[in-house]
Amino acid sequence: MAGVTLDTVRKVYAGNVEAVKGVSLGIEDGSFCVLVGPSGCGKSTLLRMIAGLETISGGAIKIGDRVVNEVEPADRDIAMVFQNYALYPHMSVYDNMAYGLKNRGTPKDEIEKRVKEAARILAIEPFLDRKPRALSGGQRQRVAMGRAIVRKPQVFLFDEPLSNLDAKLRVQMRVEIKRLQRALGVTSVYVTHDQVEAMTLSDKLVVMSGGQIEQVGTPADVYRRPETRFVATFIGSPPMNILPGKVEGPGRVSVGGQMVNVTDMREGLAPGSAIEVGLRPEDVQAGTTGNSTLTMDVDFVEELGATQLFHGKVAGAEFVVQASTGQLAADTRSLTLAVDPQNVHLFDPQTTKRLGRQI
Amino acid sequence: MEKRALFSNKLLPYMLLVPQLIITLVFFYWPASQALWQSFLLEDAFGLSSEFVGFENYRTLFQQPEYYRAMVTTAIFSSAVAVLALSCALLLATQADKKLKAAQAFKTFLIWPYAVAPAIAGVLWIFMFHPTLGTLARPIKATGVDWNPMLNANHAMLLLILSATWKQISYNFLFFLAGLQAIPKSVIEAAAIDGSGPIRRFWTIVFPLLSPTTFFLIVVNIVYVFFDTFGIIDAVTGGGPAGRTTTLVYKVYADGRLGGDLGGSAAQSVILMVIVIALTAVQFKFVERRVQY
Repeated sequence: MAGVTLDTVRKVYAGNVEAVKGVSLGIEDGSFCVLVGPSGCGKSTLLRMIAGLETISGGAIKIGDRVVNEVEPADRDIAMVFQNYALYPHMSVYDNMAYGLKNRGTPKDEIEKRVKEAARILAIEPFLDRKPRALSGGQRQRVAMGRAIVRKPQVFLFDEPLSNLDAKLRVQMRVEIKRLQRALGVTSVYVTHDQVEAMTLSDKLVVMSGGQIEQVGTPADVYRRPETRFVATFIGSPPMNILPGKVEGPGRVSVGGQMVNVTDMREGLAPGSAIEVGLRPEDVQAGTTGNSTLTMDVDFVEELGATQLFHGKVAGAEFVVQASTGQLAADTRSLTLAVDPQNVHLFDPQTTKRLGRQI
Repeated sequence: MEKRALFSNKLLPYMLLVPQLIITLVFFYWPASQALWQSFLLEDAFGLSSEFVGFENYRTLFQQPEYYRAMVTTAIFSSAVAVLALSCALLLATQADKKLKAAQAFKTFLIWPYAVAPAIAGVLWIFMFHPTLGTLARPIKATGVDWNPMLNANHAMLLLILSATWKQISYNFLFFLAGLQAIPKSVIEAAAIDGSGPIRRFWTIVFPLLSPTTFFLIVVNIVYVFFDTFGIIDAVTGGGPAGRTTTLVYKVYADGRLGGDLGGSAAQSVILMVIVIALTAVQFKFVERRVQY
């Protein structure tokens, strides 16, 4: 078992395109780390550099205590699950899983023991003799997982492994991956663009954008205290509402002339300066309790079953409110929203950084 | 499954097929039936009269030792060219598939020989290897080898094999390269992570995945050597020395055109036709069943 350490890792492609701009990150032994971000943010490149499939332009990657910059993928003691599974189409499921062990000269009976064991864990025992094309997407996914676990590697790498599955299967496999990782206790690095997957799977969530890390933390921390406006709008669904506001004084801002109290606000902000006010759709209450309220013009309602999404405008900016079904009449045209000062996030309009209290 | 376009017009599909059918009828079925009919006839040397002789032409043919020798020559020639042309092309294609800076130029240069007509290719090679005129024959002779494809049957065969191979490599190369590029990159990467070195990776992953291409090319190459090398043989050796490089297809020409034995020549054509139909049938059966992965 080993952790993974990245030290100012850079990737520069031909033509001076910098895909990864000096990323430093420590992934503890046995933890589940998820890299999340929009496409082109460098998360897959970073994962492929850990795997050894991309050269490292600068910085160092360590697996355990060993710098692996110049080590071949085969010698890094890692296993990878690819987005398209990358199963060997001409080999049976058994041979697919045994291939890596055979290459390493593992004794035959040991190979058989490990493959059978992995097949049992993943419930693919009935398919061991089949070719990958005779399997469904979910079964192929399991074989790809099986191929990774039989090797008992130091680190698992997952490159968007669930994105080719349908929604229902994705949720099911997500739970299984989490359970498997807990049971095996192997350090895992998982890349996805799906923030729900990222939140549910990770012990350590890494939000990336433009080749850089925006924020690292537990999923709860990242959700509760996003460090940048990008993280605030990327993590959470539906995304956080951002309203243009003005600093009124310590702990007070205004949105379109309506006062809002804020708990987490940096001291010494000049009154009258512009500020961005972030509110999660699930954090505002339709009602008149409390002393900060906002009025909203409702355009339309989206039904989600258990909840409803009210789309409209607050102070001229797009705004979404999530409410339990039945709480509000569907034909509501105007809402008064109570805002808990604890739930207000402030961001600098220029730097997009959080303007919370200094810790 | 993709949806197919359906024509409601009953006549249109047939109209669209007509040009293709006419070409096949005129250029294949008609001559083929003529050859079949001719193979049962015996014609006098001046072409003034002909007589139905049944299987007489076939019987004479199978009593000729020259015919068996042509079979052996064809077998040696075709297997040598197929093996050489396929392996060289595969080697070149694997190199071109790597990320080379000059990959595009490399590909273009490799494809050129395919555009050269067989007879011209033959003339080109004889210019290089002619025992007295050849530019490359001198250095060969300087090493002490008594190089003479005009008199030495082995030398003549070697020269034919080389020139026929040279011409066919381009074609094989294109198919192999396309086959290689169709293999998903992630499968190769997965194998690399699974601890398989480049050579092992090639034999356990790449080569098996290329097998449909390889089987297709084997059949195409054999058919090529059987028929399309006529021009090369005619230009380089003319079937000589002493008929030792006469392949089946060259013998059809030599006996019919030069020897005036139209019936015997037609009988040989019919046999060749049967061989090729059999080969193609085997290919389709094989490709459809075993090779699909």
